Amino acid sequence: MKAIPFAYIVRNLWVRRVTTLLTALGMALVVYVFATVLMMSEGIRATLVATGQADNVIVLRKGAGAEINSAIARAQAAIIETLPGIATDALGRRLVSKEPVVLNNLPKRGSGKPSNVSVRGTSELGLQLRPQVRLVEGRLFRPGSSEVVAGRAVASGFQGVGLGETLRFAGREWTVVGVFDAGRSGFDSEIWGDAEQMMQAFRRNAYSSVVFRLADLDGFDNARAALDDDPRLSLEAKREVRFYAEQSEALATFINILGLSLSVIFSIGAVVGAMITMFAAVASRVGEIGTLRALGFRRSAVLIAFLGEALLLALVGGVIGMGAASLMQTVNISTTNFQTFAELAFQFKLTPLIAGQTLLFALCMGLVGGFIPAWRAARLAIVDCLREA
Amino acid sequence: MFLLRLLLKNAFRHKLRTGLTLVGLVVAVCAFGLLRTIVDAWYAGVEASSSTRLVTRSATSLTFPLPLNYAQRIRGVDGVSAISWANWFGGIYITERNFFPQFAVDAASYLALYPEYVLPETEKLGFLRDRQGAVVGRKLADKFGWKVGDQIPLRGTIYPGTWNFTLRGIWDGVDAKTDESQMLFHWAFVNESLRKRLSGRSDYVGVYIVGINEPNNAALISQRVDAQFKNSLAETLTETEKAFQLSFVSMSEAILVAIQAVSLIIIIIIMAVMANTMTMTARERLAEYATLKALGFSPGFVVQLLFGESLLIALIGGVLGLVLTWPMASAFGAAAGTLFPVFQISGLTMALQVLAAAVVGVVAAVWPAWRMSRIDIVAGLRHVG
Repeated sequence: MKAIPFAYIVRNLWVRRVTTLLTALGMALVVYVFATVLMMSEGIRATLVATGQADNVIVLRKGAGAEINSAIARAQAAIIETLPGIATDALGRRLVSKEPVVLNNLPKRGSGKPSNVSVRGTSELGLQLRPQVRLVEGRLFRPGSSEVVAGRAVASGFQGVGLGETLRFAGREWTVVGVFDAGRSGFDSEIWGDAEQMMQAFRRNAYSSVVFRLADLDGFDNARAALDDDPRLSLEAKREVRFYAEQSEALATFINILGLSLSVIFSIGAVVGAMITMFAAVASRVGEIGTLRALGFRRSAVLIAFLGEALLLALVGGVIGMGAASLMQTVNISTTNFQTFAELAFQFKLTPLIAGQTLLFALCMGLVGGFIPAWRAARLAIVDCLREA
Repeated sequence: MFLLRLLLKNAFRHKLRTGLTLVGLVVAVCAFGLLRTIVDAWYAGVEASSSTRLVTRSATSLTFPLPLNYAQRIRGVDGVSAISWANWFGGIYITERNFFPQFAVDAASYLALYPEYVLPETEKLGFLRDRQGAVVGRKLADKFGWKVGDQIPLRGTIYPGTWNFTLRGIWDGVDAKTDESQMLFHWAFVNESLRKRLSGRSDYVGVYIVGINEPNNAALISQRVDAQFKNSLAETLTETEKAFQLSFVSMSEAILVAIQAVSLIIIIIIMAVMANTMTMTARERLAEYATLKALGFSPGFVVQLLFGESLLIALIGGVLGLVLTWPMASAFGAAAGTLFPVFQISGLTMALQVLAAAVVGVVAAVWPAWRMSRIDIVAGLRHVG
């Protein structure tokens, strides 16, 4: 069977440039929405997954779900510190960090609208537990002082959190002495200070979470069993990676569902556009179709040629839409994560999988929009075509 | 009249194409309306807020509790007529998916401050008398099929343990703006239990609801309240209920902005589709327009024809879309359940839907109308062959 040359398809689209462009533009916008939504939920997921370390374990009060709901009394924290299987650092200290986490309502730069920022009390060991955190400006807070360091996203996004500025909370002035980069993880949206100072300032007697590093990756089950068996503790240990992945779930799923249902509704508009264009393409070329058929091209060849035209149209739209969406990767956004009730900054993230899904989505629109017109073109009788021309 | 008939005839000359364009328009206008309604639903709490209520919370953030003894001190502030308090409970009913807001409140004073929760007198008394009692909004009761007398177990996240409440009443909102998806129970009951088990955490309050008589003095009274606790261990921030609700909305601002942007994108998509339809129509009718001009009709008449046809199609699509938004919105509202306590299409949304359709109609006709008004008669007539 002889196929109709590809050049014929391309030139047909080129001849009706305005129509092609308008149709492709409609599709490009749908593709753009589709891709951005996927990139957004992927960005949230990637940010929170990067927050957890594979060999770290986080302990919270049973049923708390998030750090701000949790409370671990000092005595309980001391028991956790003595668990077997905890790694030690070069100085022989056990890698355990007992951390109070609170929310502080701060105004954003620019809009002045308030949002909740996580404030974490930690220690030098806490920094060792998070190797992704690097200081980029200033210095670290001195233990025992009212000094704090701020994540990159908080420092640039909120008033009073820039280097050298002061924050007032818990009846004290806290000086921001450093800015750290947490490698695009959730810690970029946090403020860190000395744990004991924070406990005193907030008049708390309980930490929010205890984080420790396992000496060996497989030691998790033992550590958890030891915690579960102790009747003095009503606590729950989780691998940090899993804990942070769970924190991203609700927001990522919400955005996914909302965005994908929108994309599907929007795609009806674009598919209609493709159908109109392709019907017109068929109608204006009835004579040509007849001639092609008379020359010996089969019905299937005509079907494929028109389908190919629709798919090519969709591909143009898909590539334009994805190009626009990929520009979004430079945009930083920040919103409140419902699960932690705290601000989370993240980037749109384009992965090969998303690129593939996006192009497939565009081609599907082309296929749905192009099939009926192509089918009609293929079904035309030669005689009728030639007579009409 | 003659012109309108001509426009109608022209518009439906190509039934399939016009039909498809209409489908696109209906979907777009409908989606636009639905998205705007979703954004409105987000602001429902702001709309429902009363100007005679202030909210006092910890200046640091909502997660910091305030001491119970602040109640007496706030009551003594000049201009304050009533006071109540509420704690966010954050319990889980069976699974996390069944999320709804629960507040432990000082019941008698709270219900007095919220007259929009209409509760039958017997149920109200039943609730006030039962320390373990609870009341819920009609929408929430319908969602889970609760009846008065039912036991409702909640698993605490902030307050550890499993808590059992007995449903003593179901309130109806005084109007459609009222939130009917909350659950209220006695602060004293929760507090007593805390005192027994976790004594350090008892006698604390999440937020104070402050009733005032004179809404115009809201700012002044807020300042007076906050001044009381300045430089104390728990400094306060007092704002109007509206500002308090708005601060929640602004937390998800990025998502709201995205939804609003997307609702405009769908209009642009349909603009491209519609412009394409009109360009094709004009191209096909080149010879006709040339004939009209040859007969002595002015270029303005041709422009009128194209704009008229485009607007006519757009408005038919717009009105159909508008009508369809109603069943869509009620289906969506039912599916979303208590996620959006209030889900109503506003008058502004409807007006904007029609406006959007009209704009699409006008913009779509600009390019073809400009082209057609300038065609050379001879070239146009020759096009026939």
